[in-house]
Amino acid sequence: MLAYIIRRIGYGLFVVLGVLLLLFALFFLVTAPDDIARKAVGEKAMPHVIEQWKKNHGYDRPLWPGDGHYADNLLVDHFRRMLTFDFGRSDADDTPILTRIRQGAGPSLSLTVPLFLIGITLQIVLALFVAFFRETYIDKMGVFLCVLGMSISALLYIIGGQFLIGKLLRWFPISGFDASPSVIARFLALPVLVGVLNALGGGVRFYRTVFVEEIHRDYVRTARAKGASDARIMGRHILRNAMIPILTNVVMEIPFLFTGALLTEAFFGIPGLGALTVDAIMGNDFSTLRTMVYIGALLFIFGQIVTDISYSVADPRVRLE
Amino acid sequence: MAAHHVSNLIVGALLVLLLYVSYWVRHQRLWREALLQLWGRRSISLLVLSLYTLVALSDSVAWIGGTTSTGDAVFAHDARSLLDRAFDGTSEKSYSAPLASQEFYGGATLAHPKSHVLGTDIIGRDVLYLTLKGCRVALLIGGFTSLIAIPLALLFGISAGFFGKWVDDIVFFVISTLASIPGILFLIALIMALGKGTLSVCVALGVTSWVGFCRISRGETLKLRELDYVHAARMLGVSNGRIILRHILPNLMHLVIITFVLTFSGLVLTEAVLSWLGIGAEGSWGQMIAQAKDELSRDPAVLWNLAGAGLAQFGLILAVNFVGDAARDVLDPRTLKENQ
Amino acid sequence: MSTLLKISNLSVSFPLENGRAPIVDNLSLEIKSGEVLALVGESGCGKSLTALSILRLVPKPGRIDSGRIELGSRELLGLGVTGMREVRGRDASMIFQEPMTSLNPVVTAGQQVMEAILLHEKVSRQAARARTLELFKRVGIPDPEARLDAFPHQLSGGLKQRVMIAMALSTHPKLLIADEPTTALDVTIQAQILELLRELQEDYQTAILLITHDLAVVNELADNIAVMYAGRIVERGTRLDVLKTPAHPYTRGLLRAMPGLARRGEKLNEIPGTVPQRAHWPTGCRFCTRCSEVFEPCEKTVPDLTQLSSTHSVHCHAVEQKIHAAADVRLSPGEGSSQ
Repeated sequence: MLAYIIRRIGYGLFVVLGVLLLLFALFFLVTAPDDIARKAVGEKAMPHVIEQWKKNHGYDRPLWPGDGHYADNLLVDHFRRMLTFDFGRSDADDTPILTRIRQGAGPSLSLTVPLFLIGITLQIVLALFVAFFRETYIDKMGVFLCVLGMSISALLYIIGGQFLIGKLLRWFPISGFDASPSVIARFLALPVLVGVLNALGGGVRFYRTVFVEEIHRDYVRTARAKGASDARIMGRHILRNAMIPILTNVVMEIPFLFTGALLTEAFFGIPGLGALTVDAIMGNDFSTLRTMVYIGALLFIFGQIVTDISYSVADPRVRLE
Repeated sequence: MAAHHVSNLIVGALLVLLLYVSYWVRHQRLWREALLQLWGRRSISLLVLSLYTLVALSDSVAWIGGTTSTGDAVFAHDARSLLDRAFDGTSEKSYSAPLASQEFYGGATLAHPKSHVLGTDIIGRDVLYLTLKGCRVALLIGGFTSLIAIPLALLFGISAGFFGKWVDDIVFFVISTLASIPGILFLIALIMALGKGTLSVCVALGVTSWVGFCRISRGETLKLRELDYVHAARMLGVSNGRIILRHILPNLMHLVIITFVLTFSGLVLTEAVLSWLGIGAEGSWGQMIAQAKDELSRDPAVLWNLAGAGLAQFGLILAVNFVGDAARDVLDPRTLKENQ
Repeated sequence: MSTLLKISNLSVSFPLENGRAPIVDNLSLEIKSGEVLALVGESGCGKSLTALSILRLVPKPGRIDSGRIELGSRELLGLGVTGMREVRGRDASMIFQEPMTSLNPVVTAGQQVMEAILLHEKVSRQAARARTLELFKRVGIPDPEARLDAFPHQLSGGLKQRVMIAMALSTHPKLLIADEPTTALDVTIQAQILELLRELQEDYQTAILLITHDLAVVNELADNIAVMYAGRIVERGTRLDVLKTPAHPYTRGLLRAMPGLARRGEKLNEIPGTVPQRAHWPTGCRFCTRCSEVFEPCEKTVPDLTQLSSTHSVHCHAVEQKIHAAADVRLSPGEGSSQ
């Protein structure tokens, strides 16, 4: 087991290097430092202004290791700094990126964690319910509603939610964020509600398929032949087997709890990591964008490794020696 | 070659492709029965999709010339599509409510009272016209992108699965790397790097969406390679290319169709998010919705822009989802076998 | 011996392209307590469905259309959900063909057997575990203590089937339904499992409904045999009746076709043709398309019951005709009456 984990992490590091290479290609080759500078100071700026800007932000070195430049070039620099989490400063407003990340992590988590927990619970419960009644009208109606829900864009959920509940019904504030414990729930209520609704359709549909697949298995027939009740079969037999794909799905989501929900944060004025990314897009802040993508990838790879390991824990048939 | 020439050519090519496919399907009992079953289950959705396609096509066939209703010489030199010409000369000055006779703010009389079914937008363009134009963009995003992504995925996936060893290692590494970057972030990075615009969006979406299907086709190829008749073909000395073309590829077709339909809706929805971030395609429904957000906070609120684009998008994706589900049921290898 | 299970006029149908078709057609069957009845037939003849119907486990879209099933004094088809749950696993148990997939992969073997006990009897978990251990020993599972906590994938096919048997017999049911219990196992293991079933049957005096297509298995275990073809029973009798003196052309064909009887170099005997598709079943005797003794009434009329002895009966026009012809010869006055 330990050997497997080590091998897995090793391959993961390998992939991280691949990602860094890709990011370098995207952010230094496809978009040359000159372009980045121009976007920051203006298209028609004088050459010396551009050079000055590049110097201030560390873009004035050569791209590749040439003769004599083994350490002082953008490629090596990029790798070294990203791997040591030395993210530098924002291209837009010069603030240290790491500070911004630290500040944004809290609000992001306060949104994504409740959203995730409530969402998953609701999805599994509803999916169990619908799967139990499969082939009946309840099931068909349920699936229909799911497809309906899946066909509505996230934008519409957000706008609709804001308009209906925020403006018309005035139950919760439309946007804004206040971290003090007494009022934080009020500001998070609407974003969480909207987020849960958005993911509900697809989630219930997916889990329903998992449950229905299990219902058709032979061991369910054996359990029925023993005289077990349908409820018991659902709860003790099917759920335990369905846990395998469910768990892998759930664990994969965990990294995204950190990167924050881009749209939701931006729309609802929550100053988290997602909003940070959106600001970077709007402001052509390539260094911040680079960093956010890198962090996203790191968390994703981490999540995959944890998923693989948890898979072997959940399924006794897959014990990796 | 001007943009509209390319567009016209593509429409022509698509029509030829359609004719070829329908001829081929008529002679393949398996596919013909599958198609009939699909029609039996989801005729409404298929009709809706045909409607969307027709509208999109009507906006794709364009030429220069003809007269404009305003007699405007400037416009006569732009390529205008069938759709453009149909809505020629219907603009107003600014907002107007659906089927109104007066402007929304101010109450001045309209140039074409009671003729705007969905009202007009901030610069007076008919909202129905804008909504219909969005069809083309949506189908472009969903369909065209898939047409790039799927063959790419097949190429790499089949190669990896069939040839194995170092080809597989490289492809798997590339897939892992690309898949490790969360989709939306990767899209953003790509579009920022490539520059904004519809083409960049298509390319970016294509690059990010081929990975999933590549994995699937690799897995399936691995399974198919071990089948007895493939072994037999190899022993008989049939070339690898032929084996892939005659044995592997046809058995992946049902997955191709299902994947195409299922990723279509995902792409359109993702584009909407990109539009909101300001890096989406030109003239898409996502863009309309994003712009409409501000209009909602006006007093009184302007709803019709949002309604038009929102409903159009919802309708398309709903129809695609229904057809996709039915296609998956019909093309399930288990049901395919039973029908034989 | 009293009648334990009585199936009368059972019909189970499945939907086809145009309407529903009965896969089990007006079938009647009886098992006495302590008896082993083998239900023999080719794949697809409906024998598994018959078995599943007893416990009302017919999978959708199949449906029991009509009939009566009486177990002891209870009529099973009219029972509600709770009533049926009491019958399942306690009055009648079932073991299945595929031990690989019939056990829950994420639950230990011991827990699955314990569940069977705990569902029907109010005993403590320790008591159930102790009983399970005893059962494991009884069915011949080596190293039973350790195996209690083993997962199904850690057990061989034969061991899994023993666990299934332990699970089925844990509550001392009066009837055990065994649906092809040895088909998926190696030949040597097959023999062991059959031996085990015979021992247990003698010990517990459980009646067994043995579903199989393998006549060798029948020979090992069965007291009585019922031969099934295309949804109907065509012949029934004791083991000797059917195996030594088969009456129905299908049964005779089956016995002739056994490879063991052929010598090297000889062509194997086969029954020509294949089982007709459900949509093409003839109105009369369903075997008529492949029967060597087919004649005029076979295609249109369903054969009646012909009693050959107190234990042996058959549904066949040809046999019926021969019997009547023989009876006529014996009864007719005039010529030959002096014999």
